[in-house]
Amino acid sequence: MSLLEIEKLSLKIGSQSVLKDIDLSIAPGEVLGLVGESGSGKSMTALAVMRLTPDYAQMKGRITFNGIDILGATEPQMCALRGDDIGMVFQEPMTALNPVKTIGEQVAEGIRWHTRASRAEAEERARKILDRVGLPEQKFALSRYPHELSGGQRQRVAIAIACALKPKLLIADEPTTALDVVLQAQILDLLKELVSESKMSLLFISHDLAVVTEMADRITILRQGAVMESGDTARTLSEATHPYTRQLALASTHVPARVRPHGDETGTENLLDVANVTRDYPGTRRSLFSRSEPVRAVDNVSLTMKPGASVALVGRSGCGKSTLARMILALDTPTSGAIKFRGMDIAGRSEAELRRPRRNMQVVFQDPYGSFDPRHTVERLVAEPLHLLERRPDRKERRDMVARALHEVGLNRSDMEKYPHEFSGGQRQRLSIARAIITRPKLVVADEPVSALDVSIRAQILDLFAELNQKLGVAYLFITHDLTVARAITDDVLVMHEGRIVERGKTSDVLSHPASEAAQALVSAAPDLHRAIARRLQEQG
Amino acid sequence: MSGTVPGNPSTLGALAGRALTNRSFIIGLFITLVVAAMALVSFFWTPFDVTRLIVADRMQPPSSAHWFGTDHFGRDVLSMIMIGARNSIAVALVAVGIGMGVGVPLGCWAAARGGWIDEALMRFNDLIFAFPALLSAIMITAVFGPSAINAIIAIGIFNIPVFARVARAGALSIWPREYILAARAAGKGKARITVEHIIPNIANLLLVQGTIQFALGILAEAALSYVGLGTQPPMPSWGRMLFDAQTVMIVAPWLALFPGCAILLTVLGLNLLGDGISDIFDPRARRRP
Amino acid sequence: MTAYLLKRLLIGAATLVVASVVVFLMLEVVPGDPARVMLGMNASEAQVELLRDQMGLNQPLIVRYLDWARGLLSLDFGKSYTYSVPVIDLVKERFVVSFPLAIIALALSTLIAIPIGLFAAARRGRAGDTAAMAVAQIGVAMPNFWFALLLVYVFAVWLRLVPAGGFPGWGAGAWPALKALVLPAVALALPQAAILARVTRAALVEVLGEDYIRTARAKGMPMRAVMWRHALRNALIPVLTIMGLQFAFLLAGTIIIENVFYLPGLGRLVFQAITQRDLIVVESVVMLLVAAVIVVNLLVDLSYALVDPRLRTRQ
Repeated sequence: MSLLEIEKLSLKIGSQSVLKDIDLSIAPGEVLGLVGESGSGKSMTALAVMRLTPDYAQMKGRITFNGIDILGATEPQMCALRGDDIGMVFQEPMTALNPVKTIGEQVAEGIRWHTRASRAEAEERARKILDRVGLPEQKFALSRYPHELSGGQRQRVAIAIACALKPKLLIADEPTTALDVVLQAQILDLLKELVSESKMSLLFISHDLAVVTEMADRITILRQGAVMESGDTARTLSEATHPYTRQLALASTHVPARVRPHGDETGTENLLDVANVTRDYPGTRRSLFSRSEPVRAVDNVSLTMKPGASVALVGRSGCGKSTLARMILALDTPTSGAIKFRGMDIAGRSEAELRRPRRNMQVVFQDPYGSFDPRHTVERLVAEPLHLLERRPDRKERRDMVARALHEVGLNRSDMEKYPHEFSGGQRQRLSIARAIITRPKLVVADEPVSALDVSIRAQILDLFAELNQKLGVAYLFITHDLTVARAITDDVLVMHEGRIVERGKTSDVLSHPASEAAQALVSAAPDLHRAIARRLQEQG
Repeated sequence: MSGTVPGNPSTLGALAGRALTNRSFIIGLFITLVVAAMALVSFFWTPFDVTRLIVADRMQPPSSAHWFGTDHFGRDVLSMIMIGARNSIAVALVAVGIGMGVGVPLGCWAAARGGWIDEALMRFNDLIFAFPALLSAIMITAVFGPSAINAIIAIGIFNIPVFARVARAGALSIWPREYILAARAAGKGKARITVEHIIPNIANLLLVQGTIQFALGILAEAALSYVGLGTQPPMPSWGRMLFDAQTVMIVAPWLALFPGCAILLTVLGLNLLGDGISDIFDPRARRRP
Repeated sequence: MTAYLLKRLLIGAATLVVASVVVFLMLEVVPGDPARVMLGMNASEAQVELLRDQMGLNQPLIVRYLDWARGLLSLDFGKSYTYSVPVIDLVKERFVVSFPLAIIALALSTLIAIPIGLFAAARRGRAGDTAAMAVAQIGVAMPNFWFALLLVYVFAVWLRLVPAGGFPGWGAGAWPALKALVLPAVALALPQAAILARVTRAALVEVLGEDYIRTARAKGMPMRAVMWRHALRNALIPVLTIMGLQFAFLLAGTIIIENVFYLPGLGRLVFQAITQRDLIVVESVVMLLVAAVIVVNLLVDLSYALVDPRLRTRQ
């Protein structure tokens, strides 16, 4: 008998069909992974189970939970289920908690609501569950506010809220997507323990096949609102009989074909020389009269890059890698130390002096939606760096250069007249790359350039980076927390931890035999699809 | 992943499409255009000459000759309202111009520079906010005597920090965006980025605030004229007409009714227009009070 | 927390000082001799000289400012020229009319606006919301002095429920005095309530779209409880900001409304003073009102810290 049974669930918003005849079921104590790319309807399915879909969504079909008809239930009946028998954890820990209430209040609230316990009893239970999720009272008092906790800690609070009453079903919607790999591993372990401890069922939603494989007994693959395939996780993924499943699995582990390596012409001069760079930020003041302790974001970092090299800078979130990248791009100034680009010291120079180095180094950002001014056409956006050139191209030359850059990233000349919102995420990242290569730079700094993309798109963009590396001889500095990206596209790797570079070497060496503690933590926490499938198959015998 | 794709924000066609189906925008635009047309026509023609006082015709109720009746000097109320529209709009428009012209550059500058310049501007704002337009007008009038210019200056000064705040807040939300970083990586300076990226992206906020301040300016001008600190007689103004109507309200209520309705409708039209504009630019949510 | 409070206090104090300099200088730039302006063109040289001496105009600017500022701090605003009594006595007499009026209006406006905002936000997009917001839209556009005239016409002239104007004074008993303040307070409060209701609704609607509201609903709390326990407090910051600004408008509105109802408040005082060229009275009343606005804005800043714990730990 299943705990949750979804039959022929369809959901429409206006005339748009978001879910089409979804079928899935979860047995008591089972973990079901729900996988799909953006827009596949995973989150909407979860919200439908909670009946928290938007008011204007129309639903058809049947959802049965523990013998209760969810779609036919009254709102008070649903309120009795939510938070008691069904708990839910959301993706974004930074915004999931009410900023003006203490964590104790927020955990105790659901307990009091459902059990009619007294304030003291509810607090006692809140204390216990917070302790269980790794926030012991000695260090994390119930009177703390969410903003006093880190993202990982906030996600623990959210899990405590969801699990406070030992629900029969826990729904986790991309619970670790906003966290770095090390935190992700910790949260996944916590979820696994909680599920087996109290024999909960878990509906685990993720875009990441490797993560789902680690978590789920069975898997359901969604695409554009419809179920593609369902079945035992290890078998479904290792056999990969369904073409879409195969495509997803291949894309997740994709490594671009590269002719190696450009960067070992030892004789040539260094492209980039970073020497003993430190960056301090003013910290928050404790009181009006005491001086603030500066926060050291980057601590005495040195590195060099050869022309045409492809280097990864990896580390956990907040380790200082983005700050370092900004200083290399002369968008931020080091507190001390020197940065030389093609022999010229770029720290603290005026914009006029920076024209020449800027022409030779460009940037690709993470967010394909935020990196374009929505009010400019593609022509104007891609041509933006052109004004760095010695001689301003005239209108026709400019259009030709934009067209060539677009062609090089696989877009058409006719795309020039369009606005950024007319492109998909992957296409926008191509636009971003076109803008970065239009001045024929020697160095492109890419800050998490594929982490906001779906796996199949990510594979294509990695291919494009690899291709341009060979064709144009451009050097890359890839900033990422995702080791599969580093492995796929770089020759050398620098591991950063708390502002310092703690390990460096060939990418393959460092990632297979990490020496430093920080690198070991990253490597062991990184989800890996092949490893996860192998482990599952082994467990099943 | 479950990220939402932001809707198509800015192409002309899409904006026009949303404009034509937005009820607030259409009604607001209609009322605003009618008032503006009335004000413009008054430059060339009014039903009656308001400078001629015909005592025989005084305090006539609305009729086919005088649609809105006549006042205690026998002047035609409709004609006075038309000329009053001209005054109200002129005062409010110049006051919004002062506020935008000074406030927006200040706000953008503060957002671009940050640090003590930003802090100083915010304190300057606090200071001006302590002087509501009426208090400034009282002070200016006490010193220089009453006139419409005083009203403009007093309302205009109070508009400066309003626009400075809106521009600063808008600019601060744009500066950390990645496309600004990309523009900086392309070697653009702060001034250039402000002109090319910041101002176009906060223009809708400024436009909406502009209609609100315009409406508030009309209300403030009416209030100042009502207490004798704004437009001076014999120049007709809506506020002054209400003041004159007050003493004879029992015998001639229409004298209080029509100028009040004129103010109400104008302000309502402008507020609806502002609501409409903000809906059109941001179809996902109505954020405005 | 203390750092935030101290910083706001210092800023408030500094604003007050600068504002006093502005008010002081404003009356310094009076074209011609203030004593001459006050006495009118027909006064003799001797009279003017006497007044100059009384007003301390023969001393250097900075000395006069410091004298004046010291006077302000000890509530000694100088002597009214026309009434020949200390300004503070005039102010005290008028304050007991204006202050209760502003407070009643503020309370009334808040009590009307917050429930309407909650009601509309809970029914957003439905008929109740649309109707409430349409009425609010008209309220926002309503000039308060015109609304006051309409109220007088309906309640005083037609229905004869309340006096059309004037003030019996608190000595005549609380009830007649309050009765005289009812219409002015309503006229002041309703347009402000319309603005506040719209702000409350907009702030609530924005907050209701936040992730933590979904978290609260996933706990099993019904919408009504989520509204009161989670949404309202988070929506309070913009509401408080607007209430602070509204206080300034209410004060300004009080000055105007007092003229509609012939109430002997600070507003009447200031207008009489302007026509009688009694600059010391104008200066004192304006300074007093400016100080009131600054103090209220300071209180609003401090209340942010009560509402939002993030402000307590950051500076």
